[in-house]
Amino acid sequence: MDFLTLLQVLDSTVRLATPLLLACLAGLYSERAGVFDIGLEGKMLAAAFLSAGVAYVTGSVWLGLFAGIAASVALSAIHGLASITFRGNQLISGVAINFLAAGLTVLIAQNWFKQGGRTPSLIGGGRWENITLPFAETLSGVPVLGPIYAELISGHSLLVYVAFAMVPLTWWILFRTRFGLRLRAVGEAPEAVDTAGVSVVGLRFAAVGICGILCGIAGSYLATGLQAGFVKDMTAGRGFIALAALIFAKWRPWYALGACLLFGLLQAVALRYQNIDLGGVVIPVQVMDALPYILTVVILAGFVGKAIPPRAGGEPYVKER
Amino acid sequence: MDKMPAWADAVLVPLISLLLAAFLSALVILAIGENPVDAFKLMVDGALMRSSGWGYTLYYATNFIFTGLAVAVAFHARLFNIGGEGQAVLGGLGAALACLFIPWPHWSLAIIGGAFAAAAFGALWALIPAYLQAKRGSHIVITTIMFNFIAAALLNYVLVNLLKPAGSMEPATANFPEATHLPSFQDMFATADNPLFRGSPANVTFFLALIACVLVWLLIWRTRLGYEIRAQGHSETAARYAGISPVRITIVAMLISGGLAGLMAVNATMGEAERLVINAAEGAGFIGIAVALMGRNHPVGVLMAALLFGFLYQGGAELALWTNIPRELIVVIQALVILFTGALDNMVRMPLEKLFVKRRAA
Amino acid sequence: MNDTVPAIELKGISKAFGPVQANKDISIRVMPGTIHGIIGENGAGKSTLMSILYGFYKADAGEIYISGRKTDIPDSQAAISAGIGMVFQHFKLVQNFTVLENVILGAEEGGLLNNSLSKARKVLKQLAEEYELSVDPDALIEDLSVGHQQRVEILKALYRQADILILDEPTGVLTPAEADHLFRILDNLRAEGKTIILITHKLREIMEITDTVSVMRRGEMTATVKTSETSPEELAELMVGRKVLLRVDKKPATPGEKLLEIKDLRHVDDHGVERLKGISLDLRAGEILGIAGVAGNGQSALLEVLGGYADATGSVKLRGQELPLSGPGSDGSARREAGIGHVPEDRHHEGLILDYTAWENAIFGYHRDAQYQKGLLMDHDAIRKDAEGKIERFDVRPANCNLAAKNFSGGNQQKIVLAREIERNPDVLLIGQPTRGVDIGAIEFIHQQIVRLRDEGKAILLVSVELDEIFALSDRIAVMFDGQIMGFRDPAETDQRELGLLMAGVTNTKEASHG
Repeated sequence: MDFLTLLQVLDSTVRLATPLLLACLAGLYSERAGVFDIGLEGKMLAAAFLSAGVAYVTGSVWLGLFAGIAASVALSAIHGLASITFRGNQLISGVAINFLAAGLTVLIAQNWFKQGGRTPSLIGGGRWENITLPFAETLSGVPVLGPIYAELISGHSLLVYVAFAMVPLTWWILFRTRFGLRLRAVGEAPEAVDTAGVSVVGLRFAAVGICGILCGIAGSYLATGLQAGFVKDMTAGRGFIALAALIFAKWRPWYALGACLLFGLLQAVALRYQNIDLGGVVIPVQVMDALPYILTVVILAGFVGKAIPPRAGGEPYVKER
Repeated sequence: MDKMPAWADAVLVPLISLLLAAFLSALVILAIGENPVDAFKLMVDGALMRSSGWGYTLYYATNFIFTGLAVAVAFHARLFNIGGEGQAVLGGLGAALACLFIPWPHWSLAIIGGAFAAAAFGALWALIPAYLQAKRGSHIVITTIMFNFIAAALLNYVLVNLLKPAGSMEPATANFPEATHLPSFQDMFATADNPLFRGSPANVTFFLALIACVLVWLLIWRTRLGYEIRAQGHSETAARYAGISPVRITIVAMLISGGLAGLMAVNATMGEAERLVINAAEGAGFIGIAVALMGRNHPVGVLMAALLFGFLYQGGAELALWTNIPRELIVVIQALVILFTGALDNMVRMPLEKLFVKRRAA
Repeated sequence: MNDTVPAIELKGISKAFGPVQANKDISIRVMPGTIHGIIGENGAGKSTLMSILYGFYKADAGEIYISGRKTDIPDSQAAISAGIGMVFQHFKLVQNFTVLENVILGAEEGGLLNNSLSKARKVLKQLAEEYELSVDPDALIEDLSVGHQQRVEILKALYRQADILILDEPTGVLTPAEADHLFRILDNLRAEGKTIILITHKLREIMEITDTVSVMRRGEMTATVKTSETSPEELAELMVGRKVLLRVDKKPATPGEKLLEIKDLRHVDDHGVERLKGISLDLRAGEILGIAGVAGNGQSALLEVLGGYADATGSVKLRGQELPLSGPGSDGSARREAGIGHVPEDRHHEGLILDYTAWENAIFGYHRDAQYQKGLLMDHDAIRKDAEGKIERFDVRPANCNLAAKNFSGGNQQKIVLAREIERNPDVLLIGQPTRGVDIGAIEFIHQQIVRLRDEGKAILLVSVELDEIFALSDRIAVMFDGQIMGFRDPAETDQRELGLLMAGVTNTKEASHG
């Protein structure tokens, strides 16, 4: 593999890691606050559809983004209602949300555009433009570093930079602010938060809301950045890979970046090569597809460093007598 | 402390949830400019008014009975098996291998062998998450989700690289031998004058599903194992005190659950497709969740909920055929049923409980 | 003091949970700068009352006055602003946060943590010097001892400038030494003018430290008296509504052969903590061996190991026969088979499946017995008949075996467990906290059954945190501390004081009692 091919694969890694990273951080806020979310997939899907639909109709990718976020936040609200207000099973709620999104997106897309459950292809202002960073052109002549800067770092859409900026921002919020302290506390010991006079319900809704916003951005990026329009089930399990990355990262922001880049790389390689020949041993593409899930199971099994979820995760908060 | 009579809990709560789901679905249909009443009539016509409609309804219901029972058995041990889909995929692989590589003399032997292989493969696919939950404390919901994806990749590999007949472009096995074809309802019930169930896929596996209902009922409420499974589901600490091994119960319950999910493949591969195709499970593994929730984890409830979803599936296909409403309407209904009977259970239950408490006080 | 305004005054507080009236028309005045005790049995409504004061529950009726001003306390935030701090029985701490983080949680200044943390560090240092409340501010809670965790809870309240401190059963998890330290802290706080409400069911503590004491019984406030003008006997009578019979009628024991021989028993729990550090004891037929100790010193682990649901090393012999302590043949059913019955400490989480009917519970643990099987299935008719007999003989009320266990009162639940374990006629019976949360009438019945079993020649191992119960029932007493047995005593030749020292890990009791 020559240097240019490597750059191309890494470039595609960055693009493919972006929706994973946004969804993974979305899940991080929710689960750190004690609300498990296996509905990341559904929220991304709903956002992908609505942002593509609105971007197509209005020709504005920004309006599309806001519409996508709104769709995702609406599903988050359902999740909050079920798992926080009515103390229902968070996992079942997540399953329901995934199906709701899978069904509604196609239903509405068919009714709206009559193209078999997809949106028309987006052109012009309906898609995110790639941003060329300053001096990318001039520096591209510099050996090694030049192409890395011009090809790999420069030339992505705004949402890619947003996603990567979210990593340090999330770390800072979580560990340096009052909100972060309370958020982490409510996922570990909601009774401590409650007796300290802070609303458990409020904090958890805030976390679920942030989760909705980030999933919305992730979905929008899928339909209006990575691809040009919505097709049925276009998330293709990315919400679950993000969930896997979250566990892989042990619910920590910087680790999440690493996990998402790794899983993004696997996708990029699987996309480029059908079967990989490693000196006589042929790795079929299906192994690449399955690897994120296999790695997560290995991590979950605790053979390589145990992943301990937030202590109050998955449990609705009930005041004890 | 019992706020509601048992019948209200078993019948009234799911019924109200279903009505809520139906009401919202009607709104969805209205919103896309169709008439919900006409749509419902069309569904009833297509699914229940002709014997061939029933043939499809019962075919789908057979799948859902198996996956619903699978989820229900695991629920009794307080295990949420989301992996029914992957277990059904593996079950299909087991059934296909049994049909393709063993020369069965007659379908009656083939169904036994196929069922055994399907259940064994499904159970095996549930064994790893079960073991990891029991021994390493890995959350079974997450591992079974992961195993769904791994199963899909595995089947894809096996079909494309190993089992696809030479020259075929389609990722599917060769057709199963004639002797393994299961008798359909048409074969069994149609006469020259009365062509019942014409062209519909319902087959003898439906009766296998009914037997499974009875066996699961006996297992859960009449055997020691069922007593122990339920005990563990209610309280793991108490089960340990009573000498019930949580490791054993977790693994056994998941093996049974995975086996039941795998059995679905007998219906879908041997009974219908007569070969193994890439998405043989058709999402039935997930519908099992809705069916188990709605049926309150009781085999009778599961049977009724499976029939309801069979009706919805067939009715939905009819809708897609004759109107502008795509089949995904059924996915929406399914989502709403899971939402109301599962996650928003308390929303339905709390006002009802208040009502009953008030009535008793009066 | 009479002309000062009460720090807290409650007027006519009532609270019901469904059909249960937890608090009935309760009025109380707590004067500033005093320690006011609230005493009552388990379930008398003490904790509910304090939860209302802390905004955890909303009272159905009644008014709260803080320093003479009528105050609404709809939530904990309001209680905190009113100057109330609460130390719950089960601490409300974030285990993987540091002490500092726990202290500032909910009382941060500004959106960023830096300032709050450095300010809290200073305040904590000050408080530590003032009140003997020293804790390492950077330690994680999960690494602290129970006593230190409790200090963090008190620090949390003081950091929020609480003038009124409520402590709910604060000594339940403390050793006597830790309890003494706590009382010194409370003394200091009182000296600084803080008002303290101490909720407990232990008479000794009330007599030791309070100025005034209020007695609660079945949701009602039955009396408020000056501590100096009352006696433990009078308080006990007020608590239960009649003279308590703590003496159980029993003949002297006639111990027979050694049934159970335990040597060097060791157990490490799931968190890697060594709970049993070499326990050795013998248990004879026809005797009751009482295990005394502060909760959490290994008694539970001892019962779990002997009951067959925790692995251990060492040796346990039953009638000279070695019992496996791990691996196959070491589970609960094997122990039952061998003749060891077990009434567990926690009937809600161990002894019963609350959602199972009484008849299902009546065979719990014995459900594999041949008499309950019919071919591949269970013989429900036989099980029901069996259960009806047990319910009748143990006077379980209501006598309805189809009722779910959760619908019985605590005493009747305990009778179901007791009936199940006693009627199997075990050689050795393990009993943990036999009368916890049980009404007085049932206590007598349960005590009689235990003595009757002893008189039939069975060996009984009794674990209880209630010293009175240990004294009333035991023929011999062993004291556990930190996973070890500190010594054996004859109940006729020891007293609460000596046992208290042993429970604190002081072995040289003769010397200590002179010093």
